[in-house]
Amino acid sequence: MPVIDFGDALGLALREEMRRDPRVFCIGEDIVLGVPFGVTRGLIDEFGAERVLNAPISEAAIVGSALGAAMTGLVPVVDMHFADFVTCAMDEVANQIAKSRYMFGGQVDCPLVLRMPYGIGRSGGGHHSNSVEAWFVNIPGLKICIPSTPADARGLLKTAVRDPDPVLLFEHRGLYRVTGEVPEAETLVPLGLADVKRAGRDVTVIATARMVHESLEAARRLAEEGIEVEVVDPRSLVPLDRTTLAASVRRTHHVVIAEEGPMRGSTGAWLAWVIMEECFDDLDAPIARVAGPNIPIPFSPPLEAFATRRADDVVGAVRQVLK
Amino acid sequence: MPGPDALLQMYAGMLRVRLFEERVRELFASGRIPGFLHTSIGQEATAVGAAAALRSDDYVFSTHRGHGHLIAKGGSLRGLMAELYGKASGICHGKGGTMHIADASVGYLGANGVLASGCVLAPGVGLSIKHRKSGQVVVTFFGDGAANRGPFHEGVNMAALWKLPVIFFCENNRWASTTAHALSAAGGSIAARAAGYGIPGETIDGNDVLAVHEAVSRAAARARGGDGPSLIEARTIRWGGHFEGDAQAYRSREEAAEGRRTDPIARLAGVLDARGLLDAAHAERIRAQVAAEIDVAVAHAEASPLPEPEDALTDLFAYYPWRD
Repeated sequence: MPVIDFGDALGLALREEMRRDPRVFCIGEDIVLGVPFGVTRGLIDEFGAERVLNAPISEAAIVGSALGAAMTGLVPVVDMHFADFVTCAMDEVANQIAKSRYMFGGQVDCPLVLRMPYGIGRSGGGHHSNSVEAWFVNIPGLKICIPSTPADARGLLKTAVRDPDPVLLFEHRGLYRVTGEVPEAETLVPLGLADVKRAGRDVTVIATARMVHESLEAARRLAEEGIEVEVVDPRSLVPLDRTTLAASVRRTHHVVIAEEGPMRGSTGAWLAWVIMEECFDDLDAPIARVAGPNIPIPFSPPLEAFATRRADDVVGAVRQVLK
Repeated sequence: MPGPDALLQMYAGMLRVRLFEERVRELFASGRIPGFLHTSIGQEATAVGAAAALRSDDYVFSTHRGHGHLIAKGGSLRGLMAELYGKASGICHGKGGTMHIADASVGYLGANGVLASGCVLAPGVGLSIKHRKSGQVVVTFFGDGAANRGPFHEGVNMAALWKLPVIFFCENNRWASTTAHALSAAGGSIAARAAGYGIPGETIDGNDVLAVHEAVSRAAARARGGDGPSLIEARTIRWGGHFEGDAQAYRSREEAAEGRRTDPIARLAGVLDARGLLDAAHAERIRAQVAAEIDVAVAHAEASPLPEPEDALTDLFAYYPWRD
């Protein structure tokens, strides 16, 4: 199986879907050159400027026009550049994209994808580093994916393009150069299907995106002490695969939920509630959470490191629930 | 100048909007219609003049004051009235209501509760039209207040940059909610902002349905010819308050009187009369016919059932076989 990186896997998915369906087009800032993450680099050579729209720095118009195009027959894939900038298009996402189908009684479909490069690292600072997926989990009408591996990134993006509803794909920018096996054949990853990234009998760690990798590292360290950690990656937050999460918890009876974003009002808080609802009686200990502090992401390396959750934090949380 | 039939249709069209809105005001006052209500009485010429210049398959984005645009575009009076009642037979099954209604069957892609939002949705429709080479155009209506929001500028810039078939139609009714145009828009003219984006911008008398028709026809021809968007600023007068129940302490009674003096319906009636196309008896027949259409719409809305409460859970997604 070919080994490629996360960014190239996303680019592969875009090429495959644009070849398959002439209605699919990409729009965003600097996407012709693919600056800064390289995902869309080269698309214009194959698909031309009509399907690779290098937009002005106008987030509201980029995201809003995606909705207008989607309502009238096209399938836009928006590159948000940095997910932090979605605040400049928040009306378009929260009031227009999420609600149009519902408010109009199902008269229109809104098949579009918002690619959301996000996440902490390399001193991006306060406007280029945030984990903002929780904002959107709280908005009914959006589907939300958050892959951790190249194969999942490609498979979920392909599914998102084919989905009849708006899908946000959160791409952690720290993962773009992470490599992994990606099937030669076109392979779709369905929404609402979690993946067990490592099996283990003692504790379930539910983790997303970069924290999947930190949790796998934690699992390797804990295995040396004989603690077997199961790492479960939901892959999509909306819809959520409750079944796989609950099945794991029923085996291990201990749960850690690991995410990068701030602790308060977060996705992890919601996942904890889902576990309570699904299998409270199976828990042998309170759920532990690994999440960022309730601060903006600071610039200076030691400050940023303070805000960054790592394998050590997962190890500590696992020890806590097994105590 | 449109032909006699088209002129009479515009007359009937404006009357349909006027009588519909007057009826809706009564129904709102008597508690039959829930929610917030913004009527377009006095502004009928913009909706009807614009729609008369469009093809039936052209698209429209509207505003919080959007009943007239929907009626003029050919939307169902029954479906609209039932939607205002919150009934299951409403066009949106009661999920949208007055400010969030759409009728995709006539290209009306939505009223909007957020000002200027249509200005960024319309360029995307323009992209779709270009892709399909369908020769359609899209009109996005917005008010003078909305022209001060970012999406107006982003949308005009994008449409101008990519020569998209969009008509930006500003209904300047002098009031951004309760704040005067002069106190909210720098420079005074909205149309003049077009110059900065290198597209045509013109100010027209928005109470003259023929002037509206002519301006939109010109903008539509330009858009269909691949030359890109236009900005039209139609000066009009909102006879009522921002919303039903607005005490309007911010403006003089003289302005409402001025509106009545420049009534777009009476004005077109004068043109028709002078050309021998409309006498008093004919005008009365048209009025009776339109009133009867509205009676049917009200009867339909009254007789329709309310939605089942659990219907609130439908229509969110096209495909969602999962449990939340």
